[in-house]
Amino acid sequence: MSHTDVERPETADVPAGEALLVEPSRLSPTRRAVTTVLRSRELSIFLVLVAVVVLATSKNNGFLFSADGWRNFLLNPSILLLLAVGQAVVIITRNVDLSVGSVMALTAYLTGRLFIEQPNLPIVAVLAACLLLGAVLGFVNGALVAYGGVPALVITLGTLYIYRGIMLTWAGSDRINAGDLPREFLQLGTRSVLGVPLLTILALVVLAAVGYYLHTARGGRELYAIGSDPDAAVLYGLPVRRRLLAAFVLSGALAGLAGALYTARYGTVSSSVGSGIELQAVAAAVIGGIAIFGGSGTVWGAAIGAFLLVTINRALPSLGIEDFWQRAVVGALILGAIVLDRVLARRQARKLAESRDHS
Amino acid sequence: MPATSTAAPVLELRDVSKSFGPVVALRAGSLAVDAGSIHALIGENGAGKSTLVKVVAGVHRRDSGVFRLGGEAVDFGSTAESKQAGVAVIYQEPTLFPDLSVTENIFMGRQILARGRRVDRQAMYAEAERLFERLGVRIDPRRPAEGLSIADQQIIEIAKAISLDARLLVMDEPTAALSGVEVDRLFAVARSLRDEGRALVFISHRFDEVFALCDTVTVMRDGSYVDTRRIDATTPSELVSLMVGRDVDELFPKVAAEIGEPVLQVRGLSRAGVFHDIDLEVRAGEIVGLAGLVGAGRSEVARAVFGVDAYDSGSVTMSGKTVRPRDPRSAIRAGMAFIPEDRRKQGLVIDSSVTRNVAGVIRRSIAKAGLLTGAMENRAAGPWAGRLEVKTSALDMNAATMSGGNQQKVVIAKWLATDPKLLIIDEPTRGIDVGTKAEVHRLLSELAGQGLAILMISSELPEVLGMADRVVVLCEGRITAELDRAEATPEAVMHAATHHLEDAR
Repeated sequence: MSHTDVERPETADVPAGEALLVEPSRLSPTRRAVTTVLRSRELSIFLVLVAVVVLATSKNNGFLFSADGWRNFLLNPSILLLLAVGQAVVIITRNVDLSVGSVMALTAYLTGRLFIEQPNLPIVAVLAACLLLGAVLGFVNGALVAYGGVPALVITLGTLYIYRGIMLTWAGSDRINAGDLPREFLQLGTRSVLGVPLLTILALVVLAAVGYYLHTARGGRELYAIGSDPDAAVLYGLPVRRRLLAAFVLSGALAGLAGALYTARYGTVSSSVGSGIELQAVAAAVIGGIAIFGGSGTVWGAAIGAFLLVTINRALPSLGIEDFWQRAVVGALILGAIVLDRVLARRQARKLAESRDHS
Repeated sequence: MPATSTAAPVLELRDVSKSFGPVVALRAGSLAVDAGSIHALIGENGAGKSTLVKVVAGVHRRDSGVFRLGGEAVDFGSTAESKQAGVAVIYQEPTLFPDLSVTENIFMGRQILARGRRVDRQAMYAEAERLFERLGVRIDPRRPAEGLSIADQQIIEIAKAISLDARLLVMDEPTAALSGVEVDRLFAVARSLRDEGRALVFISHRFDEVFALCDTVTVMRDGSYVDTRRIDATTPSELVSLMVGRDVDELFPKVAAEIGEPVLQVRGLSRAGVFHDIDLEVRAGEIVGLAGLVGAGRSEVARAVFGVDAYDSGSVTMSGKTVRPRDPRSAIRAGMAFIPEDRRKQGLVIDSSVTRNVAGVIRRSIAKAGLLTGAMENRAAGPWAGRLEVKTSALDMNAATMSGGNQQKVVIAKWLATDPKLLIIDEPTRGIDVGTKAEVHRLLSELAGQGLAILMISSELPEVLGMADRVVVLCEGRITAELDRAEATPEAVMHAATHHLEDAR
């Protein structure tokens, strides 16, 4: 590949992990790829997920090996996965979007309302309407953050309450029930293709698209740059405001989509839909290796994090663990992930600094 | 190489001004750079060179004056616009994305694209290697930018600017952290760019470099244009007199103080990758200047001594007693006071009154039964603010609205109230306009006269030479010289500050 590969043959005295950090070009392309995967945060979190599934299945065979168990394993995380992907993109830019739960509630209610008013509305039109509403609400967040210069934490905490308030006012004591919804729409939430639920496929398609964009598009790379050092991004002449706006619009649109899918999946919409789910989305992203100060991590990790969170919540009761401990385990996971991040980041900084002394 | 024609200069600035609140950073900056030439811009720190550069780069918008690029009037509102117009700038302090690879840092925002608008990583790695080869350095294009030495970071900045293919390349002290070989390579690249017909602006403090590389030189002083000379029609001593324009002794009224017992003793202080084997001693009544280039590790040493940052080995003692590492409170109890470089962020509770700021550090000793009243704060703060002549009509004035000089005095007052034996002060006059600087200097000199030991970090050579009884020079984290007031000439300090680099490579 590059000529340095020839010039500097691989030497055995430096461990592959360290070489990957300090002088990646010294490793052969395959070795580099293998080491990257082996040392990735995504793999370790995936192994934790596998361990949880194996443990739960060994206690109760039906956890995975029953029609219901398999379906729940794939289907339950799909809505959180959508939110986690959007959240991951926002956190990568060193921001946060706490309003996604409220956005989701608004579009979940919108879905029901639309079908009540217009029972013959095509499903695609309803999904598009939800995406659009979510995008608009995300735009409001993004505009306030990018142009107002107020931290996203404060802005989206505010819009969390405002959007929820709008939903409560609009819905009143109203409630959407499965009877209000067309059968085809409800089937969207339960149908499977080749044993994989449709909702999961939809979520994975979104994940793949966003993951591909972040890795290979200029805009995606710029999101990482902005999160890595916002001041440097301005000096580079990157369109910082536009990118931030786009990140929030994406997060809002995905939350909007998640709202419609929630209605399809559960059939009922009450006023408490999605309250607290924004924190789960943040947790999924953080557990999956998105640095809370931006600039690093992947949506793949966030997606696995979403799977892990939901699966643990389902596994612990079947392992006979009390409610209190279930929450404590999730809390410990988050703290563990953040502590691990700090430790790894510090060790990496130290290694890189030491390599400077040796050169 | 003489300028080619009578065509409009690539860059033309006339009487450009820029103020930040009450501080005038640039009064009347003028500069005309022709195509196919390298133009030196020199002046003391604070002369307005960097502000001028930032106006050209689109970081700051000028308040007034003419700004033409290739004969056309321009007005950049962002760095994106200046890049678009073909201006590449290498800033004094590198600005990189630590999480991203070296290659991504070079190409961010204008990545090479393959089919389907995908970022073409392989092409960029290859291009980055070509750039590094041209610059004659070996940096792994795939490694993250985090942890690179300042010299390597500077190389990345240069590679970035070269790959931009700009018609105007501005380099703000690009050689400050480079070794001799690296400087030679950079000059070769600069000359080849000039021969391609590009215009270059080169800012440096080193006259040998200015005379070796440049065709024309413009001198600035106190935010204003002084003069432009052809390089073959001037001499270093002429340039010095243009730059300084006044006597150094006048500027820094150093009062001779009686030097007493050692107050601070630092032995073998080390931190991997940052600084090594630092031995320091500061005596009562003595001002020790800590000099060195940007990134030499001066502030890091100060932060470690005060206990803000950890260190791996070594010891810090105050008047014979050991100060615990990583414990600023222990350092304060031992009689240390620390005024960091960025006082807005680290030294001053900016949205608070002067009284609050001054009383903040001593609140424990003035509080009664754990309670603190406004009256107590006023009683404690009053004498200090008065003594330092902080010009605030009332002590209740908000610190944020004061000028840089007065803010610095409040910070000093805040620490003096703890009755320290040692004052560590990092860049005491950064961001303070020329008139007020002398007041801060006079104050420091007076404090030393009263028996306070002072460790002063400064990038401004005249300030170090004018104020310090002894100068300790740091280079790449090591002490490379310790000079008495008599020995400390600009040449000796600069030599020591770059010395280690030349030796090591």
